[in-house]
Amino acid sequence: MVDAVRAYWLIAALWIRASMAYPVSFWTMTVGGVLITFLDFVSIWLMFSHLDSYGGFSLREIALLYGVTSIAFRVADMLVGSVEKIGQKVRSGDLDAMMTKPVPVLVQLCADRFELRRLGQIAQGVAVFAWAAPIVEWTPQRLLVLVVALVSGVVIYFCVFVTFSTVQFWTTDASEFANAFTYGGNTIMQYPMTIFPREVVRSLTYLLPLAFVNWYPCLFLLGRTDPYGAPDWFRFASPLAALALVGVTALVWRQGLRRYRSTGS
Amino acid sequence: MPLIEVRDLSREFTIRRRAGVLRRESVVKHAVHDLSFEIDAGEMVGYIGPNGAGKSTTIKMLTGILVPSGGSALVAGLEPARQRRELARRIGVVFGQRTSLWWDLPLRDSFELLRRIYRIPDRTFRRNLEDHVALLDLGDLMDTPVRQLSLGQRMRGDIAAALLHDPEILYLDEPTIGLDVVSKGRLREFLRALNHERRTTLMLTTHDLQDIEALCDRVIVIDRGTAVFDGPLSSLRINGGASRTLVVDLVDEAPAIAIEGAQVVKVEGPRQWLSFPADASAAPLVAQVAAAYDVADLSIHEPAIEDVIRQLYSH
Repeated sequence: MVDAVRAYWLIAALWIRASMAYPVSFWTMTVGGVLITFLDFVSIWLMFSHLDSYGGFSLREIALLYGVTSIAFRVADMLVGSVEKIGQKVRSGDLDAMMTKPVPVLVQLCADRFELRRLGQIAQGVAVFAWAAPIVEWTPQRLLVLVVALVSGVVIYFCVFVTFSTVQFWTTDASEFANAFTYGGNTIMQYPMTIFPREVVRSLTYLLPLAFVNWYPCLFLLGRTDPYGAPDWFRFASPLAALALVGVTALVWRQGLRRYRSTGS
Repeated sequence: MPLIEVRDLSREFTIRRRAGVLRRESVVKHAVHDLSFEIDAGEMVGYIGPNGAGKSTTIKMLTGILVPSGGSALVAGLEPARQRRELARRIGVVFGQRTSLWWDLPLRDSFELLRRIYRIPDRTFRRNLEDHVALLDLGDLMDTPVRQLSLGQRMRGDIAAALLHDPEILYLDEPTIGLDVVSKGRLREFLRALNHERRTTLMLTTHDLQDIEALCDRVIVIDRGTAVFDGPLSSLRINGGASRTLVVDLVDEAPAIAIEGAQVVKVEGPRQWLSFPADASAAPLVAQVAAAYDVADLSIHEPAIEDVIRQLYSH
């Protein structure tokens, strides 16, 4: 594990240095990233010029949900987003080359073309969160839940990236499929669950537990009860959901790699 | 103990294909079938065969990329499929048509990253870098991004990269594909020196039989997943029932030369081509021709291995 993390940073650091070789391009892309993601939130804000609340949530409350899921998602995207290029690496034969190096293949895939400029997108999430933060009556407990939720959220999105990218070992052209769950998942979580039918919320709790990234922890931060009547301990269960997902992801990844190693394609 | 030990190694692939609207049939393809051979430390072995014969599948099993479906392989005392990452520290792999360097980064950065990933001691790294960079003529290219390198330059970069951690075995998959004659010659020279001076074991697959002639004392020919020949290059020629050619330049044009033990296959003015079995001596033929004709010049041509191998495949 220590070796894997070390190897990850070695590769990532190389890409960071490479991108810094062109500082103008780096900063343009970073600022561009902030602007594009900023427009993303503006669309929600504009919606509120006609509404006082949406699904029973005020704009600031939604901004809180938006901020937490965005930070978690963008951090995961920066750290492991490259994994969605599995299919491309299989076709080009790069995966074979990776397998002849003494570093876990998953680490090499995730660290490949590490993009520090994605910090810009994270910054946007942080800004939205900071704007929303004053509506929470902060206590040490709430701060702890927030930190735990953010860490768990990164892990959950990491698992979603890896699991759905691994599908490409079976169908090499399915990177769009992964996008539906990663970017799509993040977009869904930017809204309060109250606007969705019960079945969707159930799926996002028990099947693909994205609701543990922001929905349940934010209910605690806001001191609100769950409109769908989920048990109160769900608000603190983000690490459990993350852990369960890590188990599933490890299994799927291993199966995928095993399949590759017995078919070579 | 041999460095590479392959015993009854097999890899089957199940290919599913549509056989009707809903029906699908499975076809089992034996890419490698009951393959056995041993390679000792310090050998240079050519691994050749037609497309689809199982060369790449074998190399992938020996490097741990593919898991065998039967039999066993032992490389440097390790089981490649199970101890892939451990094995990676002791072997170097160069795939001819793709690069394991980082495409957008200059060679220098790629080498530096490899130094850290493999935890190569400073002294080893510096020595290897100095040696290989000089011999492979990479000095001026160290700061060029890999994507801007020509095929030959990239290949040299790849080979230098694969050798940084002092591997005991170097696998080369089509190392001279797409290179010009001069580059090919230099690369062969480098590999020969590597084998002589460092005792690095080389296993190379190639379509270029001149690679084999220039480099390999031993050839393994694989066809349809099994070894059809394993031995020195010289006996490959004889085994294939090949023939050598005596080219005679006469002073004047003459009718076809009639001597025992050889046949005229071609006449072109004063020049005649005589074919004789590869395992026969050329001396008595030369004596006979010289005794009966006015000879301006003589030369003997070895059989082209292409022809020899073609014959092997047709059996």
